[in-house]
Amino acid sequence: MNIEHILVRYGEIALKGKNRNEFERALKGNINSVLRKIGSSRAKRTFGRLIVELNGDDPNVVISRLKDIFGIISLSVAAKTSHDVHDIQKVALQLMKEETTAKTFKVSARRSFKKTELDSQALNYEVGSYVLRNTDDITVDVHNPDVEISVEVREHGTYISAGKVLGRGGLPVGTSGKVMLMLSGGIDSPVAGYLAMKRGSIVEAVHFHSPPFTNERAKQKVIDLAKQLSLYGGAVRLHVVPFTEVQQEIHRQIPSYYAMTITRRIMLRITEKIAAEQGALALVNGESLGQVASQTLESLRTIEQAAEIPILRPLITMDKIEVMDIAKQIGTYETSILPYEDCCTIFLPEQSKTKPKLEKALQFETSLDIDAMVDKAVNNREPSLISSDSPTDNNFTELL
Amino acid sequence: MIYLDNSATTEPYPEVIHTFVTANERYFGNPSSLHQKGSEAENLLREARRTIARLLNAQPSEVVFTSGGSESNNLAIQGIARAREKRGRHLITTAVEHPSVLETCEYLETVGFSVTYLPVNEEGVVSLTDLKQAITEETILVSVMHVNHETGAIQPVLEFGEYLKKFEKIRFHVDNVQGFGKVNLDIQSVGIDLCSVSGHKFHGLKGTGFLYVRSGVNIQPLVFGGGQEFQLRAGTENVPAIASLAKAARMAMEKKEIQNSKLARMKQELFEWFDAQEGVHVNTPRETSAPHIMNVSIERTMPEVLIQALSNKDIHVSSKSACASKQPSKSAVLLAQFGEEDERAATGLRVSMSWQTSQADLEALKAALSQIVPQVREMKEVKS
Repeated sequence: MNIEHILVRYGEIALKGKNRNEFERALKGNINSVLRKIGSSRAKRTFGRLIVELNGDDPNVVISRLKDIFGIISLSVAAKTSHDVHDIQKVALQLMKEETTAKTFKVSARRSFKKTELDSQALNYEVGSYVLRNTDDITVDVHNPDVEISVEVREHGTYISAGKVLGRGGLPVGTSGKVMLMLSGGIDSPVAGYLAMKRGSIVEAVHFHSPPFTNERAKQKVIDLAKQLSLYGGAVRLHVVPFTEVQQEIHRQIPSYYAMTITRRIMLRITEKIAAEQGALALVNGESLGQVASQTLESLRTIEQAAEIPILRPLITMDKIEVMDIAKQIGTYETSILPYEDCCTIFLPEQSKTKPKLEKALQFETSLDIDAMVDKAVNNREPSLISSDSPTDNNFTELL
Repeated sequence: MIYLDNSATTEPYPEVIHTFVTANERYFGNPSSLHQKGSEAENLLREARRTIARLLNAQPSEVVFTSGGSESNNLAIQGIARAREKRGRHLITTAVEHPSVLETCEYLETVGFSVTYLPVNEEGVVSLTDLKQAITEETILVSVMHVNHETGAIQPVLEFGEYLKKFEKIRFHVDNVQGFGKVNLDIQSVGIDLCSVSGHKFHGLKGTGFLYVRSGVNIQPLVFGGGQEFQLRAGTENVPAIASLAKAARMAMEKKEIQNSKLARMKQELFEWFDAQEGVHVNTPRETSAPHIMNVSIERTMPEVLIQALSNKDIHVSSKSACASKQPSKSAVLLAQFGEEDERAATGLRVSMSWQTSQADLEALKAALSQIVPQVREMKEVKS
């Protein structure tokens, strides 16, 4: 038996009417950019499915890499055979025998090519009874089977698969445009970025760095997080913004109980400006309603007023524990909890306003030359492209 | 020199030594220090851990660096015993384990644990049936080696792992010191909770190794102190040695496919040759064994004498585990395999190859043995 294919199932994008073509093309492109790093397997479009032709690559390796790509509902290895019912029976049996832990199964036959001898019902019966006759201890359960053998009759052959690896769902990255993520290094913002990717966004990220108050390790941590995110959404362009001068200026000019509010407003302005330069149409951050002083409704409103661009907050109604669960599941949690100072924790006043007033904020800001501060920070940013296979430190490639 | 004792230790790759020396020169900082030198060392440590995690298809936080196989085995077994003693005090291992497993179990027996030592068949392999019978309500750990250090026999860890998945309370430890880089072992699919690996068995440096600890598996540390290695092994990390371990592991994995097929071919041929000799019994299973180890019992000889005579010809082999071979007793592994009465247990000779071994080396070994064995047998007969 030849495992030649992997069936890629996608749900939501099939519903998207006229956009369907674009979505399929994007998904295929995302899959192929991952496959190119593995070997010679490639994705191909056929009716409502993508099929990955393995061309000799290990199906397990391919599946383990593809299951993290957004837009995929599930993946199955599939063997291709003829329209002949005897061939179909034999392959189905072999696939079933590899599912060693299964106790129950069912057969689901579908025909998109109708000119074969048996219809779907007859195929279900013929394949199912053949598997039953040739195995021990396995029974049919049509409602809740351990394994579903799917038989798909197409014009150029019959695809048979058993077992399913679930994908992450969502939309293919690139189909929803670009967003600018405010990436702090904490638990929340990487999760927010992940969720934005899940809905098809290309994510770029801004990080505020305040040397010497925040050190190289804090920056490295953010690079590591961006790298982890790139596993799901492709290479992440990271803009590291020098923020020390801004924070010092705020510390000197602004009463401490409004410092946090004004700092956030300036961060928003800087991010908005970088977004405009990079062609991003929205900002994304990890705010969750009521979590900290800056995330009360009053704070959100007063801070948000500084920017005109839409701000997406994927975590706004989530509990911390829910966010932590996602962070663990996507592999950012362990990096996020490393205990390095970031720019939000230094200069933190003892008491921040939980209900800052917009009028007050505007009034305090008149003592700052905000446009100049923003321009300087934006112009001095360090952009870099972080991807999962870019070495973290070139000094080490020779050593390791 | 013909070195055929690669199960005892291997010659380090020059690249591994280069990494160790260079890392000592450039990255001598303490990874816990906050300054630049510390941060550099920490980065190297992190990248080394990631390199190994990638090879294992594991998370970096699941790799705990140790001083080698014996420490990894001790940390795994004592660590589980201490962390889980309230859940039960029964352990299961096999009669053919490395002394670092057996003696740890014997120690635990003196402090209130009970241990079942699974027997092996004539090929030196344990059975699932025996495992099933040994499991009790009290069982908290099963520790089984992957590849036997004396005979190269492969234990059915896959089968064991699959079976043990049903038992929520039991942790599964695999000593993979002899198997790493030689025999494939997919830690994830087998359902292994802990796995020991030692650097110097695959051309890394002595004093390097790691224990894989599955995320969510709690163990008690042996060494307390500064919280290094995820609180599991205190003490300033030996970053240069750890980097050299990552290098050796990567090289071993990269060369695995080509080398192992060459080794398997040579082993097969050597197998045929020994099998055809008069009064020689091959103790290594023909099929289910690692590609680099061959153990034979040569009747009417004393292994110590053969080793000495071969060594005079600059050919280096050994009898049993180096960790036990200075004691003049029979091989514990072969005793378990054949029983007390059988002479084979007292006459075992181990030939263990590496990527450096050539066909010419084996020809030299055969020629030397053909000459030496009759002489030794003659002397033995005269004496008795």
